[in-house]
Amino acid sequence: MTFVLPPGYRTEPEGTHPAYDFEGYRSTALRHPNQPLHLLPQRLTEVTGPLFGEDRLQPGDNDLTQYDGGEAVGQRIVVHGRVLDGDGRPVPNALLEVWQANAGGRYRHIVDQWPSPLDPHFAGLGRTVTDGDGHYSFTTVKPGAYPWRNHLNAWRPAHIHFSLFGQAFTQRLVTQMYFPDDPLFFQDPIFNSVPDEKARARMISSYDHDVTSDHWALGFRFDVVLRGREQTPFESEPDDD
Amino acid sequence: MTELGCTPSQTVGPFLSIVLPWPDGPDVVPDGTPGAITITGRLVDGAGEPVPDGLIETWQADPQGRFAHPDDPRGAVAPGFRGFGRCPTDADGRFWFRTLKPGPLPAEDGAVEAPHIDVSVFARGLLNRLVTRIYFPDEQEANDADPVLRTLAPEQRSLLLLQPQADGTLRFDVRLQGEPETPFFRL
Repeated sequence: MTFVLPPGYRTEPEGTHPAYDFEGYRSTALRHPNQPLHLLPQRLTEVTGPLFGEDRLQPGDNDLTQYDGGEAVGQRIVVHGRVLDGDGRPVPNALLEVWQANAGGRYRHIVDQWPSPLDPHFAGLGRTVTDGDGHYSFTTVKPGAYPWRNHLNAWRPAHIHFSLFGQAFTQRLVTQMYFPDDPLFFQDPIFNSVPDEKARARMISSYDHDVTSDHWALGFRFDVVLRGREQTPFESEPDDD
Repeated sequence: MTELGCTPSQTVGPFLSIVLPWPDGPDVVPDGTPGAITITGRLVDGAGEPVPDGLIETWQADPQGRFAHPDDPRGAVAPGFRGFGRCPTDADGRFWFRTLKPGPLPAEDGAVEAPHIDVSVFARGLLNRLVTRIYFPDEQEANDADPVLRTLAPEQRSLLLLQPQADGTLRFDVRLQGEPETPFFRL
C-alpha cells in the first residue's frame, strides 16, 4: 500500500510577511539569518500540529479588565472576530493567547520601566478559544501607545499581541492587532515591516458598532486569516535552495 | 471558494513572557516518564550574545512515529502524548525540554524521514518565527536517507544534530546569525 501524505498548506504571496532583516527595526540587525532559508517541504510533522482548546483555559481568561480583586482603568472594549484559513473555512476550537500594555501604555514586565503608572488591576494577558464557527471574543481595555528606543521619539501604535496555533505546525502565527486611524503608523517600523500595503491593512481592526454595548464597552472586530490548504496531496518539489 | 489574504506575522516583542510561558511548557512528557530525554540549548545572536527574550517551541511525533492529530492518515494514536513543547529563554539564552525520542515517519514515494523534532524560534527582533529541525546523532543511516537532511551540505547537517553531554542530556544550540549559523527553513 502506498503511503500518501495529506495536502500541505499554501505559501503566502510575496510581501505578506516581513523580511527578517528590516533596517528600520534595529533589533533585527543581529537577529536575522544571513544564509538563505532552506525549503522544508510539508510532510507529516508540518501538516499536523498541537491542538489546544478549553484545556488551557482558566475561568476569567477572556476578561482582562478584572485583576487582583478590582477593575482595570481605561476604555473598556470587546475585541472579537473569526479565525479563518485562506479558503474562508473557520478554524474551530483553537486556542488564542493575547497580551498588551495597559491604558497608559505600560506593560507589567520587569523590562518596562518608562514613567507611566502600572495599573494594580490590569495584568495584560488573556486567553480564549474559538467556537465551532471560528469566532472568538474577549474583553479588555484599549492599550495606550508605548514609547521605545528604536529611533528618536519612537512610539508604538496601540496594539494587542495575538498568538495562534491553527491546526498545523505550518499555520502557527504570532501577530499584532492595531486600531483604526492610529496617527502613529507612519513612524512605526514593526507595522511598516510588512511590505504589501493590503496585507498591512489586515492587521488593523475595525470599529464595530454592532458589538458596542450601551453604557458598557466599545466593539472592535479583528479577523485572523491563516494559510489555506493545497487542493492536492504532496508531490515532490524540486529543491530550489 | 474565495481566497482570503493571510494575516501578516509580527514580532512577539520583548514582553512575550507575560503570557506565553506555561508552567508545564518544557514538559512534552511529565517528569518520571520512562525513556525520557532532556534537551538543553542556548539561543544566541549574531554577536554570540545570549537572546534573553526568546521563546522556543517544539512539535514532534511519538516514539511510534504517530501524531495525535486527525490529519495523520494512519489513524488516531493513544492519547496522552502532547508532542508540543514551549520554553522561554532565560537571562543567559538557555532553554530546555523533556521529551521522548520520536519515531521515523513515512514520506512520499516510499521515503522515510529520520526521527526529528520541528522547532520554532520567536524573539524580539524576529518579525516572523524561524523554523529549524532537531535530529538524532545515533541515527546515522536514517539521517543519511532523510529527504530534508539530504538537501543540506554536510557541515549544515551536523548543526542540526543533538550533541550528547557527559551528564546524559542532549544539547541543541541555536545561533540566529553568523558562524556557525543554524540552518533555518521556510515552509
